[in-house]
Formats: sequence, C-alpha cells, structure tokens
Amino acid sequence: MTETAISADDAYRRETDRWGMYLFLASEVMLFGALIGALIACRILYPEAAADASRRLNLWLGTANTAVLLTSSLMVAIAGEAARADRRRVAVGALAAAIGLGLLFLAIKATEYYQEYADGLMPGVADPDPTLTRIEVLFLNGYFVATGLHAIHMLAGIVLLATLAIRVGLGRTRLPGGAHGIELGALYWHLVDMVWVFLYPALYLVRA
Amino acid sequence: MSKSLRRLLVVWGLLLVLLALTIATLMLPLGPVAPVATFGIAFAKALLIAWVFMRLSVESGLGRLMAMGAIAWVGVLIVLTALDFAARAMA
Repeated sequence: MTETAISADDAYRRETDRWGMYLFLASEVMLFGALIGALIACRILYPEAAADASRRLNLWLGTANTAVLLTSSLMVAIAGEAARADRRRVAVGALAAAIGLGLLFLAIKATEYYQEYADGLMPGVADPDPTLTRIEVLFLNGYFVATGLHAIHMLAGIVLLATLAIRVGLGRTRLPGGAHGIELGALYWHLVDMVWVFLYPALYLVRA
Repeated sequence: MSKSLRRLLVVWGLLLVLLALTIATLMLPLGPVAPVATFGIAFAKALLIAWVFMRLSVESGLGRLMAMGAIAWVGVLIVLTALDFAARAMA
C-alpha cells in the first residue's frame, strides 16, 4: 500500500525525518562497529584464547536471543504496515508483541549474566575463575561491554515502542498520518536487531 | 493474508533459516573460513532486515546510500584492521 502525502511539503518533511534517523543510526553503527572490530582483532591475534573464552558463553541462549530479536523485528514491521493501513488495533497489538519479545530478550540476557557471574567470569566481582587466562579475560570484558551497551539500547527501544503504542492506542496519534512516527521508531529497533545479528557471530560463534 | 504481510513473514522465515544455517556451519570443519561463513550469513541477514523490514526497497537511491553509508565505512575500518593484525600475526 503506497503512502499518500498530503502535499509535496509533507513528503519532503517525511523524507527529511527518515534521513535524520539514518544519520543517527549511522552514529550507532560507528559505536558498535568499533566494538565489533576490536572483538575481531582479538580473535585474529589470539584465536585459541578467543575460542576458549567464546566456549564459556551459552551458545543456545545466545541463539535463542537472536531468534527472539528477529521475531520482534517482524512484529515491528507488521506494526508499521498496519499503521499505514489504518488498522489501529493490529498496530498496537504488534507493538505490544515486540515489547514483550524485547523484555524476553532482556530476561534471557539477565539469566546468562547471572550464570556468568556464578561461573566467576564477570569482571570486578568477587571470586574470579582462576583458570581464565589474560586474553580470555580481555575477550569476556569485550562481551560484557558490547552486550551491556546493546541491552541499554534495547531498553531505550522498548521505552520508545511503548510510547508509540500508548500514543496510538489512546488515539493521541492518529493513523495513517501517525504511521510515520512508528516507521521512525521501527528503524531504530531494526538497527538494534542488526547490531545483535553481528554481535552474535563476533561473540558466540568464535568456538572453532 | 495481504501481500505485504506475506512478504514480511517470508523474510522472517528466511532469517530464521539463515540462523539455523549459522548453527550448521559450526558442525562443519571450516577452519579459517569459519568467520567468513558466519559473518557472511550475518551480512545476509542484515541485508534482508534493511531491504524489507527497514523498507529500503521503497527508499530513493540517495536515501539508500545514506542508510548504508556508515556500514560501508565501518566495513573499511574492520577489514583494514583485520588485514593489519593478520599480517602481524603471520610475521
């Protein structure tokens, strides 16, 4: 279904909004790209140590989280389509599903973190695992920084989607004009998903 | 089911298939090619997300460049850094 602009100015404003969002997302790509680059460099320099560290991570929880995020992106995309088609309840329902999946992701992540804390892999807490080598510690620090930063971005995304869902649900944002706001929020969510799609091989799949 | 909804579901299915493929590559003795395979699959997933979910398919050409530009530059950063370290590791 094509978006009908009320005027050429309207279409121009929407395009400008989208491009502004792309610019912000570009800064996020730079942020996480540098972290992922550092993880890749560690892997190239110290392949055995990086693989050992990666094996200590829970591959199945990481894989489950990837599936959860991909499904949440689907929900957000469905919300956008529904909003453009003026289907308010479907849009709000899809956003709610995405929020639920986002919270599930964070719950799984918390479970992983707790397990890693119990195994003595978390930096700065008591009882570190004495069998960890220096480079393993480096790689695991990278894991905590990257996934921690990603989790903060997830929280921000959940707040954003919740705000959109409430506004559309209560009728404060009218469809289909308000679909533009959902589309912009969706772009952020998809990027956070994309970041995880690259974090997953960089962290969990190093186990050669 | 509307055409656009079906398109989204197909892409989601493809993404999950790619995820399963990634796990399958772990079972194969790929050796040094393994990161190429896993990151290649990740890149394919990212392209699907960008093209369909983020609606770059209906974006203008300049808009697409704008959206993907950062990834290109980060790609340069990562590839050159990787080559640098790989050369040192060999030396």
